[in-house]
Amino acid sequence: MKADPAGVLTGTHYLDGDFACGEGAMAAGCRFVAGYPITPSTEVVERIARRFPRMGGIFIQMEDELASMAAVVGASWTGTKSMTVTSGPGFSLMMENIGLAAMMETPCVVVNVQRGGPSTGLPTMVGQADMMQARWGSHGDYAIIALSPCSPQEAFDLTIDAFNLSELYRVPVLMMMDECVGHMTEKVVIPPADRIEVVPRKLTDQSPEEFVPYKRNGNSVPEFARAGDGYKFHTTGLTHDERGYPIMSEDCQDKCVRCLVDKIRSNADKIARFDEEGTDGAEVVVVTYGITSRVARMGIDLARKKGVKVGVMRLIVVWPFPEKRIRQLAQKVKAFVVPEINYGQIVLEVERCAAGKARAIAVSHMGGGVHDPSKICKAIVEAAK
Amino acid sequence: MSTEVIELEVDAEEHPIAPYIRMERMPHIWCPTCGIGTVLKCFVTALGQAKVDLNKVAVVSGIGCTGRVAGYVKLDGFHATHGRAIPFATGLKLGRPELLVTVFSGDGDLVGIGGNHFIHAARRNMDLLVILVNNFIYGMTGGQNAATTPLTAKTSTMPFGNFERPFNLPHLAASCGATYVARWTSLHIRRMTKAFKEAIQRKGFRFVEIITPCSTLYARLNKLGTGLDLLRSYHDNAEIRHGIDTRNLDIGFQDRIVCGKFIDEERPTYLDMMREHYTKTLGDKYLPMPPEGGWIHG
Repeated sequence: MKADPAGVLTGTHYLDGDFACGEGAMAAGCRFVAGYPITPSTEVVERIARRFPRMGGIFIQMEDELASMAAVVGASWTGTKSMTVTSGPGFSLMMENIGLAAMMETPCVVVNVQRGGPSTGLPTMVGQADMMQARWGSHGDYAIIALSPCSPQEAFDLTIDAFNLSELYRVPVLMMMDECVGHMTEKVVIPPADRIEVVPRKLTDQSPEEFVPYKRNGNSVPEFARAGDGYKFHTTGLTHDERGYPIMSEDCQDKCVRCLVDKIRSNADKIARFDEEGTDGAEVVVVTYGITSRVARMGIDLARKKGVKVGVMRLIVVWPFPEKRIRQLAQKVKAFVVPEINYGQIVLEVERCAAGKARAIAVSHMGGGVHDPSKICKAIVEAAK
Repeated sequence: MSTEVIELEVDAEEHPIAPYIRMERMPHIWCPTCGIGTVLKCFVTALGQAKVDLNKVAVVSGIGCTGRVAGYVKLDGFHATHGRAIPFATGLKLGRPELLVTVFSGDGDLVGIGGNHFIHAARRNMDLLVILVNNFIYGMTGGQNAATTPLTAKTSTMPFGNFERPFNLPHLAASCGATYVARWTSLHIRRMTKAFKEAIQRKGFRFVEIITPCSTLYARLNKLGTGLDLLRSYHDNAEIRHGIDTRNLDIGFQDRIVCGKFIDEERPTYLDMMREHYTKTLGDKYLPMPPEGGWIHG
């Protein structure tokens, strides 16, 4: 369906990535946001706090990130599209209730504008070191979807996609921004509402008598009933059967975990999204995401001038990881070069998928700034040897 | 959606609260002579007496023995993470303001791990009914010390007796801004039911503490006899003092338990304040959250 015009600020704007992300959320139909202030993400909720009262939305500044994430899960069960926004330290606190959202299969969006870590790290400076935490940060086995924008325009576009994916798969979707993209100001074009496709919360049309909260066929996503419509359903963070009732058994645990993971795993090819350029006949492929993908551009151009055949694969959806494509490329290329603002995270995933067919070379920047493109170029040139 | 105002018809063969309970989940997990079942019975009785539309009631629990309530009521029931029942409930209430949102959880959950959320929800006068079952101990995890354990009482992590000063919960709630504050023991059936009914009919952050025996751990570790003995002793130690200054409500080990209704006032809730403020500052440009929830159908 089309977006609610009330939330769409149609026009050509000069916005930073944080504001663009907030506009994307409102355009996607988000009407509940709970958050706790943290640099460098706060501008997202500041934008929303200013605009929400005019479109029937509620922003509440909670007492901490634990509460923010819990409130988002609660609000989502009313059918209201819900989001929270944070950075590394807050992301750590949110992990508890991100796990709850995954377990209860609650659609919601969590924005992490990444800064340098660990701990308090570099509050105002860039990092990309929460990528593995995004995938594995809450305890137990579950699956999520994570996106990584590389510009304010993409921060707007991908936030809409994040909401749509969270509705389609009933999972928390993590918007893995970074401080550079969050604070970078560029042109952002917001289309008219009737040109923005949004996935509404699909409410079950079964009667309360026939409705079973977690009944599904194969890897499908169960139908959703919201609080207050007479379905009188139960949902829990405990291992549960299709009625949503806790069952403490190996058998139920097996089914429960498989459902949570397989609904994403079995659709991984459909969800995966990346830009590819120059990979045909390439000796080296640079796998990159977020702000680093723009810095890598210059490194790639420099390497090409030196005669190296280098392609680039820019991840837009980071989780689920585009395993299949990396495996295919690994058959053909000598090496992957993976520049990241961390000490090597996504490079491990590339290495796993390449399975020894091609090398995976990390180009690490520990955070606080972006790569020197000549270092990426040097890694590409050496990888091609 | 049809409105369902109870009185539900009760089969003569059935338990009187069967229409409110997921009977297919019985027997419950609570120990014999645990007080939680009684509190639950009084709560659903009060829902019936207050003639609430049961389609619009949500119950949120955290983790622990009392945390299981959300799974036994035949209502929209949410079993959230440990300590986070109140913020989860806050999301439900703000996402769909027409709901009657009740938080039903234990002392460890609501004022141990969840204490920060408790004080802030009270400060905001969030429109929640909070029922706290206080058994002075962590029951489900095996009798560990709680933020409510009376001085000198033995727990598995204070084997020589507790030396930490416990919370005075009605005072905590009142000082943070709760609009309705009451305390009863789980044998005060009629008075507890009346408190629930009143609290259901009020607005704002409403707090009812029920002192409840933990037969398996608190009674055993402190050699206080059976759960029934404890149930009786709490009741016998109760002193009813309506309207008393909440500073006088500390509970000592096997000492008097001051019960009653301490606070019952009307103050604008979080949502009242929000609506009034935005109407004043934004005028016609303000569009409140619809009672039935945020934009989902376009």
